[in-house]
Amino acid sequence: MLTIKQYVRAESLEQAYELNQKKSNLILGGIHWMKMTTRTVNTAIDLSGLGLGEIVETDDRFEIGCMVTLRQLEQHPGLNAYTHNAIAHAVQDIVGVQFRNTATVGGSIFGRYGFSDVLTVFLALNTKVVCHRAGEISLEEYAQMAQDRDILVKLVVEKAPLQISYQAMRHARTDFPILTCAVSCVNGMWQASVGARPYKASLVRDEEGLLAHGVGEKQAEKFGDYVTEKLNFGSNMRGSAQYRRQICGILVQRGMMEASEVK
Amino acid sequence: MELKFELNGKNVSTVIEADSLLLDVLRNLGCSSVKRGCESSNCGLCTVFVEDKPVLSCSVLAARVADQHVTTLEGLQEEAADFGAFIADQGAEQCGFCNPGLMMNAIAMFRENPHPTEEEILSYLSGNLCRCSGYEGQLRGIQSYLAFKDAQKGGA
Repeated sequence: MLTIKQYVRAESLEQAYELNQKKSNLILGGIHWMKMTTRTVNTAIDLSGLGLGEIVETDDRFEIGCMVTLRQLEQHPGLNAYTHNAIAHAVQDIVGVQFRNTATVGGSIFGRYGFSDVLTVFLALNTKVVCHRAGEISLEEYAQMAQDRDILVKLVVEKAPLQISYQAMRHARTDFPILTCAVSCVNGMWQASVGARPYKASLVRDEEGLLAHGVGEKQAEKFGDYVTEKLNFGSNMRGSAQYRRQICGILVQRGMMEASEVK
Repeated sequence: MELKFELNGKNVSTVIEADSLLLDVLRNLGCSSVKRGCESSNCGLCTVFVEDKPVLSCSVLAARVADQHVTTLEGLQEEAADFGAFIADQGAEQCGFCNPGLMMNAIAMFRENPHPTEEEILSYLSGNLCRCSGYEGQLRGIQSYLAFKDAQKGGA
């Protein structure tokens, strides 16, 4: 059970940051996952009054505030046009509309959850995170860092020539995923982000130039095998490591074929 | 702490704890349509509108709705009665416990997308669980209601 002694709606990021330095205090996201934990929070810090619930599109980038909801991501025309609907596809099976209306992108990314569709798709977009004190960090690096007391303020997705496809395997729609996968080609470099292994998502790039001479079914299969070899897999109640390893190559292959058709 | 917000069009003020959930506050204020189900953000029984968007009140801190508009099924009597007749007509509810949450979310869908396809209906309502039915009755009820509304508009 989650017990909160005091609730503070932060008036500035600095105030929120200072309050968050105390280990018994906590920044609130959508609280869906936090609520399932047993802990006592001295001060719950709410960022909802800081204007961080907007997606701002400029000529060269998208800036996505940490309080943007998954439903906003799903419905944003600019973001989905740029990602060929990969973002909408990644979040549309997360529980239901009501859940996605309050679950935040900041909560999903900060939590670095293994099951996160959100982390998986944003990794494949070469996203950067902006933290209040640490400044700009690549999401790839941020995902590997331990949780700290800094505040994740926003995500930055820089526009670049992009092909992308999102794939996931679930026992049933709206369940946690057995495996998540986003395959993208950003600025000519093919890569695959694979999560729910059940470990958090990791990015594998085509560093050996397997796809240097174009993408066809054989190359996609080869890249699927390559990605599978590079990653570790584990077992949980949703699937065994062996099963995940088997479907990883298939999802990468499917994603690659779908992404390669995107112009 | 004191919480002030607008509930079903009326200003209310009540005393809450820092960790009070919206579900509990609403039920204490007499909104018994808001049901306690899974309490883990899964079943949709506790659906209410905050600023006209459907949310799960079991997972919203009450403190977060300060100065906002909250709507429960009690505040949508006319729309609910209209639509509810079609649900009943199709025998879509058995125990009825999931019905308030389903109706809230369906009304949110009608407002957002007045002409949803079957796939869009199933997708929008995927966060509403019913343990009695196979969802077919609800789907028929929704489709009949939408056809009726279209015919009404056409006839007006």
